[in-house]
Amino acid sequence: MAVAPADIAAPVARRRWLRDAVRRHPTVIAGSLILLVMVGIAVLAPYLGTIDPLHVAPVKRLRFPSELYWFGTDAYGRDVYSRTLYGARVSLTVGLGVALFSTVIGLAIGLVTGFSRIADTIIMRVMDGLMSIPPVLLAIALMALTKASLGNVVLAITISEVPRVARLVRGVVLSLREQPFVEAAMAAGTGFFRTLWRHILPNTIAPVLVQATFICASAMITEAILSFIGAGTPPQIPSWGNIMAEGRSYFQIKPYLIIFPGIFLSLTVLAVNLVGDGLRDALDPRLARRM
Amino acid sequence: MLAYIVRRLLATIPVMGVVAIFVFSLLYIAPGDPAAVIAGDLATTDDIARIHAQLGLDEPFFLRFGHWLWGVLHGDLGTSIFTNLPVTQLIAQRLEPTVALTLTTLVVTIAFAVPLGIIAAWKAGTWIDRSVMVVAVLGFSLPSFVLAYVLILIFSVEFDLLPVQGYVSIRDGFVPFIEHLILPSIALGLIYGALVARITRASMLDVLSQDYIRTAQAKGLANNDVLIGHALKNAAVPIATVIGIGLALLISGVIVTETVFAIPGIGRLTVDAILRRDYPIIQGVILVFSAAYVLVNLAVDISYTLLDPRVRY
Repeated sequence: MAVAPADIAAPVARRRWLRDAVRRHPTVIAGSLILLVMVGIAVLAPYLGTIDPLHVAPVKRLRFPSELYWFGTDAYGRDVYSRTLYGARVSLTVGLGVALFSTVIGLAIGLVTGFSRIADTIIMRVMDGLMSIPPVLLAIALMALTKASLGNVVLAITISEVPRVARLVRGVVLSLREQPFVEAAMAAGTGFFRTLWRHILPNTIAPVLVQATFICASAMITEAILSFIGAGTPPQIPSWGNIMAEGRSYFQIKPYLIIFPGIFLSLTVLAVNLVGDGLRDALDPRLARRM
Repeated sequence: MLAYIVRRLLATIPVMGVVAIFVFSLLYIAPGDPAAVIAGDLATTDDIARIHAQLGLDEPFFLRFGHWLWGVLHGDLGTSIFTNLPVTQLIAQRLEPTVALTLTTLVVTIAFAVPLGIIAAWKAGTWIDRSVMVVAVLGFSLPSFVLAYVLILIFSVEFDLLPVQGYVSIRDGFVPFIEHLILPSIALGLIYGALVARITRASMLDVLSQDYIRTAQAKGLANNDVLIGHALKNAAVPIATVIGIGLALLISGVIVTETVFAIPGIGRLTVDAILRRDYPIIQGVILVFSAAYVLVNLAVDISYTLLDPRVRY
């Protein structure tokens, strides 16, 4: 049976594309792969040899990692492997949730303040004030007065991240507003909202997308910090910060209680940062050369 | 210059005003009765009534804000619900370890990160540059408390070289003081150092491609003179800016680092206050840290004139 040249060419071209991509952006590919694995772990946690992460077994407390308990057990005899794998759900939910909400809200505020002088004067003063409070401290303050829940953690970290996105978008809008193509659109009678939608918004997407990845990474660390100091995710939800907080008292004799969730957290944050760096390089080649 | 400093000082008033309003309003933003939230699940109605009276929650918002602001302007940050001690006094008692940790971290980090950034820019594209950048990305990704535990396990538990936890005042000896601060400073400083090294490299790369650098090299100046005398001087403004802005990372990190290393500073005070829902302390700490952050960045702004003679105000 004859094989058409196109049938051979297609896989070869695909392989070459993949090879080129790996050669040109090795860190982005590595970051994406790690992230994909973490998302896979979060989604498939119940099918990866885990047991109920909340199952307490006092008889089996503080067991070292073994064939039976891959990452050991904690002070309540709970399986650290299962808890760590389920913990991926919390970190990724917080990271993605905060990145999404803070970019959407920050984008809206940035667009409004970039165009309206009155809104700019009032809102940006509030944003300046919020920005002068270190983000973790702001999130702590908000969490200290609300009931511990995943939704409140996302909300608290989102509020602390919004001013940075708003300031970034406002800066981009202010410079875009003076660009000839925007002036031309306005002069040609394009409506305000149409100009915003067609000419301004698309140009803010690239920097906001890059910023979103860094917010995602920073939100995951902030969630872990909040949970670690007892102001984050409620103790009954296994999050990497919670697991480490509970292992704090035993870390000199049972370091695995801190090490395993710590490795998962660091790897996930590293993956998001690598993807963010890659995105920035791809979207702003001028910066790529320097950073 | 003086006019500029006064103008900038005046500009911090609305910023701190927003911080004050926000910090004060937090009690009212929370859903439900804040006194009940602060008192906790096991509180009696008497406990809730006591907190109501102590925080003045029965008074109208603006009246209470006026009282609170008047107190803050006179150095009175309220009274701790748990210890009944003035918050100002509690913060003052815990100031020394936090300032010592922050300053040590700042000095050590800048001493390492700036030269690393310079070398990475000078050797751009080589394995040295790539190694520095890899360390920088890792520094961004390794949460300070995870690094802290790894450092303790290696240097304190395994090799017994440094103390595991605790703080010794400089008055009780310089060597134990430094010994207790080495690991916390490294854990706290890594993310900050990563940021400073990256910006130093980026800023130096910009300057190193300028014509006057080529001229300096062409007239036979030594590498060190070109790097320090010509390049670093011109790259200093963005580096100073990021040193100021990055202080937010240090302040956030202090809270966790002090918890891991059992350092009795303001960070530890904050964590204890959160666990006890001692809100006046949390409000006081936020105000103090934010004021410190705003003032340091003001100092950085003013330092531009010293770093770059072209900057005139």
